[in-house]
Amino acid sequence: MTGAQIIFIVVALYTLGSALMVVTTRNLIHAALWLVSTLFGVAVTYALMNANFIAVVQVVVYIGAIAILFIFAVMLTRKDMRDSGPQMNKNWWLGALVAVLVFAGLAFMLSGWSGFSKVAADLPSGFDSVSLLGEALVSPQAYVLPFEVASVLLLAALVGAVYVAFNRK
Amino acid sequence: MDWTMWVEWIVKGFVLCLILLTGFAYLTWYERRALARIQVRVGPNRAGYQGLLQPIADAVKLIFKEELTPGHVYKVVFILAPVLTVVPSLVLAAVVPLGTSFNLFGREITLYVADVNVGILYLTSIASIAVYGIVLAGWSSNNKYAMLGGIRSSAQMISYELTLGLSFVTAIILGNSMNMIDIVNEQRGLWFVVIQPVGALIFWIATLAEVNRAPFDMPEAEQELTAGYHAEYSGMKFALFFMAEYQKMIVISMILATLFFGGYLGPFVDQVPLLGPVYLFAKVIILLFGMIWVRATWPRIRYDRLMSFGWKILLPLSLAIAFITATGILLADVLNNQLFFWSIPVVSIIALLVAVAFIYRDLRRKSHGRI
Repeated sequence: MTGAQIIFIVVALYTLGSALMVVTTRNLIHAALWLVSTLFGVAVTYALMNANFIAVVQVVVYIGAIAILFIFAVMLTRKDMRDSGPQMNKNWWLGALVAVLVFAGLAFMLSGWSGFSKVAADLPSGFDSVSLLGEALVSPQAYVLPFEVASVLLLAALVGAVYVAFNRK
Repeated sequence: MDWTMWVEWIVKGFVLCLILLTGFAYLTWYERRALARIQVRVGPNRAGYQGLLQPIADAVKLIFKEELTPGHVYKVVFILAPVLTVVPSLVLAAVVPLGTSFNLFGREITLYVADVNVGILYLTSIASIAVYGIVLAGWSSNNKYAMLGGIRSSAQMISYELTLGLSFVTAIILGNSMNMIDIVNEQRGLWFVVIQPVGALIFWIATLAEVNRAPFDMPEAEQELTAGYHAEYSGMKFALFFMAEYQKMIVISMILATLFFGGYLGPFVDQVPLLGPVYLFAKVIILLFGMIWVRATWPRIRYDRLMSFGWKILLPLSLAIAFITATGILLADVLNNQLFFWSIPVVSIIALLVAVAFIYRDLRRKSHGRI
């Protein structure tokens, strides 16, 4: 086992452990904090795969924006901070079954892929993944259409939010 | 990857933390003395020569103070919050280049801790983590003033983060890279503040809001919120919040100096690399004086005006600045005419004047009776 594999296993266990804590802890704010820790583990996994840009974006978007909104929502809607409720409803076995099936399906499909058991190779020096990604996002041969569609969708959501919150006198 | 490299990294990280901690202590002294001069007082001048030992006396006092943990707080989060505030303020400095490199016993030592190719995104991500400390401090104190302070401050930080990000974009476009070292090297000919003065100004205003400094220190508005999010903290835990604020001031001045004021560049820096940190230090001192000056002269602005200023004036202005910069560079490049490049500062200043005219009109209308 190489050093990279050991690090990966430690990070993966940490991520999965935090994810388990998210669904099992009885306190909502604790669950939100464990979620932050899970997302951080995912960012570290990206960094291990030499995807610096995606790792940092993961931190900015998920930890810096989305999780903080969760915490806001919990803070503003719950009166008692030691609030707790039942962890499961009666459909828990269905959710568990779907999760196991999805994992098994993904593992089965990916095991046929040639890169399944490879370690990420070091990038050649001078390889600028950020500018390549930027060019791919605006080049007509690559992803310009999905990129623009996503932007228009976000803009529509923004305008909708302003419309809903707008206070007509 | 040999062990000497690890030793070098650890030593550099350690030295950087020590610089920031000492900087924090002496920044409090600097601020108190400068504020006193502006307000025609003397300021602390008793401990040591000109009061230079005052920070040490303060530190000893804070360490030996009794630490109270009120009974109704939520313990785990209450202890976690100050830590979550201090750590980002230290980690931020890792990507700021202090200089080029020098030779020590035949080994080339670079004067930065990390050379990250997405350095600027790293800064925004760490800055967004800093919000957690304040939110959680306010919430876990289980006190309505602390909670209001926490919510105010996080709303403010999230709002001004957008403007901050767009000013980063301006610097990225001018420097043609996200790496802070490349951005500094790109400024060898001309500091970016000359090309984009308005961008530097917006960046500076947004950082004032981001570190909760006056006139944007709403979270700590004493007359409304007692002490805001750290009302329930005492002793060293309170000192950690204090420390985080001053360290962020230092780091953010370092970043502003790096992005717009040429970083470690200065005369003879290529021949004598050790001059780099000295130049950066001088620039940081001057920028910090600006922050202290603003605190001494400007009253705190009202919370709703703070939010409308952030969303309705600064955000559109920073969008316009990013757009003007990008268009100017593109036109100069395509048409091969330097005139378009020099239109960037001119058009930006016109945009700034339009924004100022909007604020002026708004304030006039408000002073005539309507809210």
